[in-house]
Amino acid sequence: MQASAATAVRDFRDDARARLLRFDPLMLVATIGLIASSIYVVGNATQDDIPGDPNYFLYRQAAYAGIGFLLMLLMMRFDYSRLREWKLGIYGFLIASILLVYVVGVSARGSKRAISLPFLSFQPSELGKVLLVVSLAAFMTDRVRRLNDRETTSRLVLLAVIPAMLVLGQPDLGSGLVYLAILGSILFIAGTPWTHFAALGALAAAAIVIVLIAAPAVGVEVLKPYQKDRLTAFLSPGENQGKEAYQINQSLTAIGSGGKTGRGDEATQTKLDFLPEHHTDFVFSVVGEEFGFVGAALVLSLFALLIWRALRTLTIAKNFYGALVAGGITAMLMFQVFVNVGMTIGIMPITGIPLPLVSYGGSSVITTLIAIGLLQSIHAQARETAAVKRL
Amino acid sequence: MYLDNERRPTLTPQLAFRVAVVGGVALVMFAIIFFRLWYLQVLSGDSYVAAAKDNRVRSIKVQAPRGEIVDRHGVPLVENRHSFSIKLTPDKLPRSSADRHELYRRLGKLLGLKPARLQRRVERELKALPYSKPTVKQDVGPNYLAYILERQDEFPGVEPESEFLRLYPHRLIGAHLFGQVGEVSPDELKDPRYNGVSMGDRVGQAGLEAEYDRYLRGRNGAARVEVDALGKLTKTLNRVQPEQGEQLRLSLDLNIQRVAQQALAGGTGRGAFAVMNVQNGEVLALGSQPSFDPNIFSKPISQKKLDALSSEDLGKPLFDRAIQGGYPTGSTFKLITATAALESGLITPSTPLNDPGFLEVGDQKFENAGGVAHGTLSLVPALTVSSDVFFYQLGRDMNEKGMPLQLWAHRLGIGRKTGIDLPAEEAGRLPTPHWRDTWFKKHLTDRPWSVGDNVNLSVGQGDLLANPLQMAVAYATIANGGRVLRPRLGMRIEDATGRALQQLDAPTARRVKISAETRNAILEGLHGAASAPGGTSTPVFEGFPIPIAGKTGTAEHVGKPDQSWYVALAPYPNPRYVVAVTDEAGGFGADTAAPMTRRILAALFDVKENGLVQGGGAPD
Repeated sequence: MQASAATAVRDFRDDARARLLRFDPLMLVATIGLIASSIYVVGNATQDDIPGDPNYFLYRQAAYAGIGFLLMLLMMRFDYSRLREWKLGIYGFLIASILLVYVVGVSARGSKRAISLPFLSFQPSELGKVLLVVSLAAFMTDRVRRLNDRETTSRLVLLAVIPAMLVLGQPDLGSGLVYLAILGSILFIAGTPWTHFAALGALAAAAIVIVLIAAPAVGVEVLKPYQKDRLTAFLSPGENQGKEAYQINQSLTAIGSGGKTGRGDEATQTKLDFLPEHHTDFVFSVVGEEFGFVGAALVLSLFALLIWRALRTLTIAKNFYGALVAGGITAMLMFQVFVNVGMTIGIMPITGIPLPLVSYGGSSVITTLIAIGLLQSIHAQARETAAVKRL
Repeated sequence: MYLDNERRPTLTPQLAFRVAVVGGVALVMFAIIFFRLWYLQVLSGDSYVAAAKDNRVRSIKVQAPRGEIVDRHGVPLVENRHSFSIKLTPDKLPRSSADRHELYRRLGKLLGLKPARLQRRVERELKALPYSKPTVKQDVGPNYLAYILERQDEFPGVEPESEFLRLYPHRLIGAHLFGQVGEVSPDELKDPRYNGVSMGDRVGQAGLEAEYDRYLRGRNGAARVEVDALGKLTKTLNRVQPEQGEQLRLSLDLNIQRVAQQALAGGTGRGAFAVMNVQNGEVLALGSQPSFDPNIFSKPISQKKLDALSSEDLGKPLFDRAIQGGYPTGSTFKLITATAALESGLITPSTPLNDPGFLEVGDQKFENAGGVAHGTLSLVPALTVSSDVFFYQLGRDMNEKGMPLQLWAHRLGIGRKTGIDLPAEEAGRLPTPHWRDTWFKKHLTDRPWSVGDNVNLSVGQGDLLANPLQMAVAYATIANGGRVLRPRLGMRIEDATGRALQQLDAPTARRVKISAETRNAILEGLHGAASAPGGTSTPVFEGFPIPIAGKTGTAEHVGKPDQSWYVALAPYPNPRYVVAVTDEAGGFGADTAAPMTRRILAALFDVKENGLVQGGGAPD
């Protein structure tokens, strides 16, 4: 086994070109389609946002996509299994970069999430999503023989909860939830016993009760009031007149008024700024208003395609680690898509989670493209291995 | 080394199942999202389109200018002035109190107002009228306007509003008639009289503005504009032009009003007058002294200034003595006593009565003014020389069943409202046995009715309270042979160019039966009083080309100077106008009120006078 693997690895080095050709074309189509929609929609929605510079967001998003695309290509050629060896370094970097935000972070709208770099303000919590996937998958792989061990599960939980709590303190509720989703999927795909999940579920329920009800009752506020408002506003947008309900109502109005084929340039919810955060968190509402059901369905179909290919990559991965990474990335994408889109159509709370690839923002776009590059790498190596086996 | 890693994981049933679970979750989620989108966009899209339109389209009220008020010759008395006021839109104000505080601070600095007071006032107004737009400052200059409009980010919820304010070009002249315009109150909104008026509209709150509000108010226009989320105007969609209110033409004659006010101002400074057509009730002049400049009310006025306008020291300028004043009228009341005595059959015009200079009724002794004795005389000379004793006897004799003096005074309009088209009229008081006895029972007065009360009333003294307009109506009734007119100021409704839209019909007059004999005897007596030798006002009207019938009156007040009265009918013997004048501290009727009346009559009949007439003549 060891020998064949060594051969395979050597093979890849000899023929990187061939490996590149073994990528998943459907996944690439979905990726390019989403990136293209993003540049078009973000560009269109922000024409009037910065007076005198109508294409500010368009150019920046295009640049981020370009950088991300290059990184994705790079990842496609990269042997992802090497990441398993670097797990400690990666995990250390993840924690360190999040902590760094507390020290040198720049504030935006009341939260410190980003570090200011020359070209973009870098959000460690975004990159952290993919870093957490590769490190968590590695820790899991190490203990694959002791899956039934409670210690395995609790270690994993601890490893994920630490960064989740750290980003929650920034405060970045959305990323924290994504981290937990990643943890859940890696445990799930690895084969953690149902009893452990049941225990974790009970623990989570207890945590929610404590955070939302018990702790405030004794005067300890774990979540900031606005976070609690966001989480509960979607339950009754009509009654609640706060900012959160306002956002949900404007988003529903935008999407609903789009109708079947959209309002195009008549999209007043977007153009007149009624829709908040129309290039970031609520970008899907812009799609819904400007392009209607048809446009929204198209974007969702691209996501469905992407998620299908990600799941497929999971099933063909040449090794356990690859399967876990693919599983983690799938969960990361799925969770963000459903929570973000669900938020815009009023069936999920507002959590500040971006729509992968489509929402404006360098950190998110680049992180997602890196993750997709990893998926492609897993896919390519799986097919390579299969090809070698067939020989 | 990485043993597990090197194993190509066969798709174990467990993994296959778990992947299927994940795929299933994805499928379910996508299905939910698709159905939700279908519901939102395809099934209920239309209502959301309407909501989006609602969001961006605002209807802005464009205030209609009120109709102007002009005098009988079309001279504007009340006009409009365009101005801008700064208002707050409550739902656009900052939510946090710190931000609001900051906004008030900035506004206060800009407008020169104390922020705390500004905030208090706004909050008080909002509490009283929850959905109104409180006014921060009225009538601001264009530079403030531009400053705020250019800095909407710094002044959220602060909006200038175009407004028309009333302008009174003649200032003190006619000030009491017009009333004010103010924002409609919640109670008024419920009144059907204010149909079509909405919150924040300005309506007439007093005087003619209130009486003729439905003609004057006009129809507000509206502009439908598109705004962005910050409320900034992006474009105007359409506009409905406001329609100015209709013009009200009064029977008032500005020239006569001015002359009368000037004449009054030349007296002791507190008095009133009424000038009316005796045939149709048209009021040509109606005023009260001291007057005020109504322009001060087109801006918010400080309580201190308002108090000053109602203060006794300054003579209560806001008080309209012509229709709200209540005075004993002195001898001018003798016209009513004479009418009652003649019509009740107590006397005939030729019945002689002796005037020895005094009359004793019980233990009371009533004397003529100045103590003179006129001897035996009939009604006409008694009116001419204003014999008190003659009328004392009539008053004494009419203190009997049926109380003919009170009956006739009531018929001629004493103690009741004249029905003029002004809202704040007072009825005054006609003393009757019933009234005094009731008061006595309630311990409001020290004694019940006695014959002396009727003796006092016969010469317009005692508990009588009447105003110049009531006296004008009573005199007009004798002059026109029995029609008790309802005085009116509003003549017709016109469009802005003066074209008549609607004639305001003269209200039907109440009729009383007065014989021609009675009328002629009384007019003759009054004519004598102004022209015959010994007439109380003969010296005052010496050389006046228009023959008049006029009666002096001197009302006595305990501890205060006498009040001067004069009521004239002109021209004699077929009068067209009645002029009633009183000066609260003018002394004898001939001293002040009569010369004032002469000035007014001169203006009415366009008589050129050389210099001012001096008062003087016999006491009455």
